[in-house]
Amino acid sequence: MTSEDKISILVEFTGGLEMLFSDERKHKLSVPAKDDKGKAVTVGWLVDYLCEEVMKDTRKEMFVLDGHVRPGILVLINDADWELEGEASHALQPNDNILFVSTLHGG
Amino acid sequence: MAPALCAICKDARALIIRPKNHQKLCKACFIAIFEAEIHHTITTTSLFSPGDRIAIGASGGKDSTVLASVLKTLNERYNYGLDLVLLSIDEGIKGYRDDSLETVKRNAVQYDMPLKIVGYDELYGWTMDQVVEAIGKKSNCTYCGVFRRQALDRGAKMLGIKHVVTGHNADDVAETILMNLLRGDLPRLARSTSIVTGDESSEVRRSKPLKYAYEKEIVLYAHHKKLDYFTTECLYSPEAFRGSARSLIKNLERVRPSAILDVVRSGEDMAKLVPEEVTGISQCKSQKVSLSSADGEDEAAGGCGSTSGRNSGGEMADMEKRLKEDEEASAREIDVSAVAATAPNGQPHDRIAKVEPKKPAKQEAGRKLTRQTLGTCKKCGYMSSQDVCKACVLLEGLNKGRPKMEIEVSAEDEESSTLRREMEGLALAAG
Repeated sequence: MTSEDKISILVEFTGGLEMLFSDERKHKLSVPAKDDKGKAVTVGWLVDYLCEEVMKDTRKEMFVLDGHVRPGILVLINDADWELEGEASHALQPNDNILFVSTLHGG
Repeated sequence: MAPALCAICKDARALIIRPKNHQKLCKACFIAIFEAEIHHTITTTSLFSPGDRIAIGASGGKDSTVLASVLKTLNERYNYGLDLVLLSIDEGIKGYRDDSLETVKRNAVQYDMPLKIVGYDELYGWTMDQVVEAIGKKSNCTYCGVFRRQALDRGAKMLGIKHVVTGHNADDVAETILMNLLRGDLPRLARSTSIVTGDESSEVRRSKPLKYAYEKEIVLYAHHKKLDYFTTECLYSPEAFRGSARSLIKNLERVRPSAILDVVRSGEDMAKLVPEEVTGISQCKSQKVSLSSADGEDEAAGGCGSTSGRNSGGEMADMEKRLKEDEEASAREIDVSAVAATAPNGQPHDRIAKVEPKKPAKQEAGRKLTRQTLGTCKKCGYMSSQDVCKACVLLEGLNKGRPKMEIEVSAEDEESSTLRREMEGLALAAG
């Protein structure tokens, strides 16, 4: 795969989610531009990718429940609520900043 | 897809969808409306008076950090005339609270507020780490919650402050309403909906200025204002029932975001059905706090005087008799009684043989409405709805080297019925 087939994005975890991702808040990722069916990768694809490739923690259910981002976790795409950006169907663009914030921790 | 524009300024790019009404807002308009709504809550409930000294219960987490930030902003913007102080409780949990306290210390500098930290260690002679070592991880949340509520009172008293504000948000209130609904505990449900608890007889009032604010918006406010807050889960296991209520609320929110505020409003409406004599709070308070009484002179009279404030605990049987005779109350009570009649064996009392019948009226058949009256603890002198507060009961158990089982279900804390069941198990295991 050549570098043209990759896009680089910045994924951030806050609100306690970072503990699922090696206690690292920021993850600079280089991800394939197309999925294995040749379609442009989306945030939904990214969520699966994060679970399978990035998360070392075994508690996947703290991030994804029933195939969706766990209720109570906010997703911001370039600082905008992902509901404004097509949610999981948003196609990743180069240099996108995807932020996952848990509202579930600490009070 | 073209970026949506803000529904208010129609100029900037919308970044936020408000859960309560799906309104799309830009960052600046969101921050403005979030603050304006808290201001609205504060003014319509007459929460503060000029010159009030207010202790902000600060954990370093998102809610209390946002509360401190917003109160500082509003106090300056609208000249509330408040003297704001941060009050933090050090539960003594290594690797958790010591880190979050560092956040609070930074907040004190950022918001230019004095900070007072009181520790379980100095108040009770036990850190939570030691408590967990003694009792295990099962019911430690109960100890921690009971101790924290009193610690806030005691910290406020040390500071000479009569009003503590906490960061409880709409999600927290909805969760507590659901828990009390699921337990059939209307007196506590009624109290939990009130924006202010404590009345003329209490030395320290507590209020929740963020009670109508969505947790989601609190987190977004903190994010967009780049507030410095701390997030790590407590190292000890959370209470399972609360966790389930929390998940339920979050699942409902995903399907129907307005559900959270709807539950809060339903809770307030249900609270109106609970007779005032039962909740120990005046009816008007669930909607609108009468500060004339809440700020009354009684408060200055000190702890001991306040036990005579409303009704003393021993009058329970009389009270219930009177309740039945009270036409107005019984009319309001229709729904309440129906719930009571259909709650089979709901009372954890039934299952514990060793409970000392301190208040025999309560042990009688069926579920009765138990009145909640704030008085003071005979042992420590701090706010309590029973003769001896739960903190003292728990502490006595700890000091004897073994948890006791006399926790009254009618008390304010959320977890006591669970505690009883767990205590039962513990006692069996220990015996």
